[in-house]
Amino acid sequence: MESSLTKVGLWFALLVLSILAVAGAQDSGFAVHMWIFAAVAFGGMWITAARYDPLARVQGIFHMPTDPTRYDDDPIRWGVIATMFWGTAGFLAGLFIALQLAFPALNFEPYLNFGRVRPLHTSAVIFAFGGNALIATSFYVVQRTCRARLAFPALARFVFWGYQLFIVLAASGYLMGVTQSREYAEPEWYVDIWLTIVWLSYAAVFIGTIVRRHEPHIYVANWFYLAFILTVAMLHVVNNLAVPVSFLGSRSYSAFAGVQDALTQWWYGHNAVGFFLTAGFLAMMYYFVPKQAERPVYSYRLSIIHFWSLIFLYIWAGPHHLHYTALPDWAQTLGMVFSVMLWMPSWGGMINGLMTLNGAWDKVRTDPIIRMMVMALAFYGMSTFEGPMLSIKSVNSLSHYTDWTIGHVHSGALGWNGMITFACVYYLVPRLWKRERLYSLRMINWHFWLATIGIVFYAASMWVAGITQGLMWREYGADGYLVNSFADTVSALHPMYLMRAFGGLLYLSGFVIMLVNVWKTIAGCIRVEVPMSDAAFDPEKDRPIATNRAAVSGAAIPAE
Amino acid sequence: MMAEKRIDTPTGTETVGHEWDGIEELDTPMPRWWVWTFIACVIFAIGYVVVYPAIPMVKKATDGTFGWSSRGQLAAEMQAEDGRRAPMLAALSRIPIERLPEDSDLMQQAVAGGRAAFQVNCVQCHGSGAAGSGGYPNLNDDDWLWGGDLKAIEYTLVHGIRHPGDDATRTSMMPAFDGILSPAEVQQVAGHVLSLTGKAAPNPAGAALFDTNCASCHGLDGKGDRAFGAPNLADAIWLYGSSQQQITRQILAPRHGVMPAWQGRLDPVTIKMLAAYVHSLGGGEDFVEVAEDPAVQVDEQP
Repeated sequence: MESSLTKVGLWFALLVLSILAVAGAQDSGFAVHMWIFAAVAFGGMWITAARYDPLARVQGIFHMPTDPTRYDDDPIRWGVIATMFWGTAGFLAGLFIALQLAFPALNFEPYLNFGRVRPLHTSAVIFAFGGNALIATSFYVVQRTCRARLAFPALARFVFWGYQLFIVLAASGYLMGVTQSREYAEPEWYVDIWLTIVWLSYAAVFIGTIVRRHEPHIYVANWFYLAFILTVAMLHVVNNLAVPVSFLGSRSYSAFAGVQDALTQWWYGHNAVGFFLTAGFLAMMYYFVPKQAERPVYSYRLSIIHFWSLIFLYIWAGPHHLHYTALPDWAQTLGMVFSVMLWMPSWGGMINGLMTLNGAWDKVRTDPIIRMMVMALAFYGMSTFEGPMLSIKSVNSLSHYTDWTIGHVHSGALGWNGMITFACVYYLVPRLWKRERLYSLRMINWHFWLATIGIVFYAASMWVAGITQGLMWREYGADGYLVNSFADTVSALHPMYLMRAFGGLLYLSGFVIMLVNVWKTIAGCIRVEVPMSDAAFDPEKDRPIATNRAAVSGAAIPAE
Repeated sequence: MMAEKRIDTPTGTETVGHEWDGIEELDTPMPRWWVWTFIACVIFAIGYVVVYPAIPMVKKATDGTFGWSSRGQLAAEMQAEDGRRAPMLAALSRIPIERLPEDSDLMQQAVAGGRAAFQVNCVQCHGSGAAGSGGYPNLNDDDWLWGGDLKAIEYTLVHGIRHPGDDATRTSMMPAFDGILSPAEVQQVAGHVLSLTGKAAPNPAGAALFDTNCASCHGLDGKGDRAFGAPNLADAIWLYGSSQQQITRQILAPRHGVMPAWQGRLDPVTIKMLAAYVHSLGGGEDFVEVAEDPAVQVDEQP
């Protein structure tokens, strides 16, 4: 009783502080955010005082198993739901801004103009969809590969809910125009502080679990998760160093100025790609691909070498975002050469993932989840070749500031991050909800093809758009003057923008099929359907073709 | 727990001996092609670092054996292009604009340069095809508010239209007739204006009001007067719309467009090239037709 009274007191104190902050707020955005804090505090107080457990009710809605299990899977189930929810929001926002580019009349001022919805889209897909997938899978993988329950279970729950609060604060801030204008780091100082608290708690839970492991060695997936967690913490703190204009306002000034500021931003921005979207998702790949394929990882040695070379080289590659700018030439050179050297370390992950299927290649045909993983790795390999290529200065002088960059990002994001996340969620849902199997495997197949064709439309149209744009911008006539005005290049891209939006629509449609599939699986339904593979077996044909070499072949084929 | 190595049947490769949640790892050597490509990339990187600016030292970074710098490359390219253009620019700065048509080669180069300058400075209002839009004149037609010969266009470019701060700017002010004319009278005048192009039946009351109030600038026949920048009301070209409602609105509370004076923002030769380009769009008039234009100061320096 005493402890619950203390808790109510703490919630009440937070509520009072939030309302005081609202009263003294310097701008409306900050006031709205403090109202959100106040609402959370009020909810916490009410739940504690009334001993009412809304989570238990919601767990009922989502059919979550409540019986004690060997591992602490509750935060992971929540993470899967959050991944699906934010994925829907992020993909819808993406389709919306794609349509805004094709039809500018869809810019609804001021809350839903392109400038505000674009960061909403990028943050929703990277941090909300991708981030929840990473947190959920890391909790799943670290427990199983360490054979230990999560350290600090209460803190793990705080990580999950605290991260959702961060997402809500970030997203609502963008729509209200609260931004510090740093790519992938738009949230203002107080939201950054909140994320730092959440992230350090996340690191504590993850590292604590590794420390408590019952295995002599740390599995490679956990190296990658660890690199992701620690590096993102460092990147986030350094890039967001800023001085608030007021402690009760949403504005701040960066601690860096001019080109140093730009370089810090792109050191962060590129490594958000490197450690969030590459290292973190490679960690997912290293657990779920061998599990789904039921095969050993291809090469332990390759995993060691490509891990260390990847994390050592990636951190220096950021300056390639600032080619031909005020950034000194030497820094541009180093950004480029480190990116070129990054090619093979990146491909190490692809090789290890794909070659893990050695001895199980038939599953690409029969198992749609494996097929999704293979496609994810293929897009990973393509993007990590394209990246070093685009970092070469002469290529970059054509591609920079064009839609080619957008195409590059999306072949990685839709192809690699999206597909591997879908595959992992398909793997997780029946296991987390203790179902016999997924509702439908054929629907995964539909999802796979819709997503793949969607990506092809997206990436191909953006490649064409980017190269068109780059060539038109630099086109000189015989008289020595530029040929095109900027508006000419914009109108030339309109068909490509339509194709891109169509590709996004296909990708979103595939995801809607996934939502149905996951929901039905959670609800415990099983779709009656013809199995995916029905390879006919004809004993008559089960013999070598050349009869005169039958003896030789017969000897070479191992007995089944 | 001791490592328990075993041979994986499908691949015939030995495992490392660890196992996590059922996952094992094979002891496959790294693919040779992967290792060699990685080494080749590192060698390329080292070579690139040697020949280009790369290593930060105490005072400045290494220059690289090629001696290349991005600023140096830009300066060299700009210098080469400046050198190529210099004779043309010098010739353009010497020639008075009204004599430009005599040198068709120079005229052609001026139009090309003007087109490029137009796309940077003018398309924002006049559109990339110079077709204008509501309130922004179309430059492709032969309807000129202030004159359409080379000299008049250049003057407009140099001093702008109603540009604050330029004493010689083109300026005129149509009075607002709200309160001067009754609402019924305004409708009659608008009707008369429409009748000039046959869009309405002639109305004598409107014509009488027009003669008293409007003809001093727009002329008795409504064909306008370039001295005041007064638009021709008897043609099919309308800056602010041709409906009865739009004309009424313009009579009651006229809008007056502003164009910046480009003198001081662009050099005189670029302005000359812009004038040649706009003149070449289709509606350019010969110089002789308009004699009473204010004298233009021709800057002889490029």
